[in-house]
Amino acid sequence: MSSEISMEAPLQAVPRNLDVDRFLRHHLTMRRIRAFEETAVSSLAEGLVKGAIHPSIGQEAAAAGVCGNMAADDILLSTHRGHGHTLAKGASPEAMMKELFGREGGTCGGKGGSMHIADFDVGMLGANGVVGANINIAAGAAHAIKLLGQDRLTVCIFGDGAVNRGPFLEGLNWAKVFDLPVLFVCEDNRYSATTVTGSVTAGGGPADRAASLGLAAETVDGNDIAAVDAVAREHLDAVRSGAGPRFLHVVTYRLTGHTAVDPAAYRPDGEADAEWLNDPIGRCEALLTAHGVDAARLQAQSDRARDEIVLAYQAAKDAPWPADAKAFEDVQDLGAEPFASYRPGDGR
Amino acid sequence: MTMMSYREAANQAVAEEMRRDDRVWALGEDLGRGGVFGQYKGLADEFGHDRIADTPISEACIMGAAVGAAMMGTRPIVEMRFSDFALCAVDELVNQAAKARYMFGGQTKVPMVVREPIGIWRSSAAQHSQSLEAWYTHVPGLVVVAPSSPADNKALLKASIRCDDPVVYMEHKALWDLEDDVSDSDAAGALGVAHHLRSGGDATVVTWSAMTHVCRQACDALADEGIEADLFDLRTLWPWDRDAVCQSVERTGRLLVVHEAVAVGGFGAEVAATVGETCFTSLKAPVRRLGAPRIPISYAPPLEDLARVTEQHICDAVRGLQ
Repeated sequence: MSSEISMEAPLQAVPRNLDVDRFLRHHLTMRRIRAFEETAVSSLAEGLVKGAIHPSIGQEAAAAGVCGNMAADDILLSTHRGHGHTLAKGASPEAMMKELFGREGGTCGGKGGSMHIADFDVGMLGANGVVGANINIAAGAAHAIKLLGQDRLTVCIFGDGAVNRGPFLEGLNWAKVFDLPVLFVCEDNRYSATTVTGSVTAGGGPADRAASLGLAAETVDGNDIAAVDAVAREHLDAVRSGAGPRFLHVVTYRLTGHTAVDPAAYRPDGEADAEWLNDPIGRCEALLTAHGVDAARLQAQSDRARDEIVLAYQAAKDAPWPADAKAFEDVQDLGAEPFASYRPGDGR
Repeated sequence: MTMMSYREAANQAVAEEMRRDDRVWALGEDLGRGGVFGQYKGLADEFGHDRIADTPISEACIMGAAVGAAMMGTRPIVEMRFSDFALCAVDELVNQAAKARYMFGGQTKVPMVVREPIGIWRSSAAQHSQSLEAWYTHVPGLVVVAPSSPADNKALLKASIRCDDPVVYMEHKALWDLEDDVSDSDAAGALGVAHHLRSGGDATVVTWSAMTHVCRQACDALADEGIEADLFDLRTLWPWDRDAVCQSVERTGRLLVVHEAVAVGGFGAEVAATVGETCFTSLKAPVRRLGAPRIPISYAPPLEDLARVTEQHICDAVRGLQ
């Protein structure tokens, strides 16, 4: 598998009047996500990332096109495969890399890791280690926004596997009956861990299921940044204007295995190679090239993203472990065991 | 003081806290019509249906939505109807509510109260009668409360609503109609403090929830025989009042723990083990526990009764410690 971008990527229909600056920003976001995750994967091999990581390589257009269009104080709930969403929402790559390395200064002080990255300062209320669990939480966040009369919205991104979990029904139904400001985004990479989602999913798919509950639902090519950008803006605007919950089915492809150490040998021969030709970054670069952006500028953006992540990597590598006492902090206010009194095996 | 029922006391606690803090709201099935046991009666009239929210029968979403709403700065009261139904929402409580503050490195707290009516009540059988409080004490992040009296149901529910931790609040279904004096004060009770119900030097008896009343009757009967028990209603199971219990056992040298839940793996085991570890040299007899046999609760009343700890069981156990 190569991470080099193929310049043979198929040209999509070229939109007229493309806002080049806007797509340069999306391009930079996608390049930053790609560099972050490639560095995270290599850092796992180095022994610096300690736990499982779930790369979203190949899915960056969904993150850039959806999260890149959210307002600063909008609320985001993400998944175990959430590095891209979190970066696109504005979290610091350095703090995120420290979190992956389990170091002091991580977004969660090193206590959460990749699957529990959260950055409340940018409205990112958490990745989640349980598939689909963020759907009900997002419904509640949107419920609170409505109760408090706030002018913001919630975006909940989950994978295709989540449509077969109970919260998909409970949370979407809830959002509809309470008429809540939430955009649900099914980022469909076509695999539920190592199983082809279509082989274990009845009916007409995620958008059909959402539509059956009365949510306006749309399916979009998730590797086409222009399409994701346009559709996400339209639906975010609608939710923001009080149209109630909406649903976006973003069809993409997971170019890696389920985790960073999964070689994905269960995929048919040639499937991933063919999908690399559909890489959303390559397609974005082709789009920008077609609108007169020269290769040097794209390369400069790629270099800038890479340099930024190299700095994040170095800072994370240099950061200390969290102090032992941190293990005892933020458990609860009442009945928390103080570090000072801890003795292994004392029955407490 | 006002005489009122355990149900009315809880209703008053919610109403007072909702008047006091407009971030407090309640969500659950049938709340607008007063809740399945009438414990929310009249609240929708005063506070409206946004703050007393009727939800679909979606336990996982009731609990999960409360987690999201709590992280956004509201203070939800979750009604689970029967504690047994909360098992449909264990991920949302155990993996999400109890963990969010910790795993996000202290960026948020999750102030929510999860009301879970427990206990054996009127042939409700295996899926509407359980007392699973011990499960929740095992989960770091949760506070667990099980009030036995109208006064405590007001004071401790108020305290739980004001608490910034997720609180599993277990009212006993057999106590809804119990009447007693309740303070008119707006003050919240103290979580984690046992109620010392009677003094005696011959044995320490520790219990909570509805068994408090059975234990009190047993202790009165034992007093007629000249056996004076030191009786504690823990009221809060996490954190529990270790100091009060251990200091008592150091005086009496004898401990009986009584609960309605299955004895095996019940919270009585934690109390017994703690006393064994910290008060061993004071003990004059083996620590005893009384709980239900390890059987589901039956429907037929004579079989349902076989799961109950009775006054007779308690009296026999305390006599056996002497």
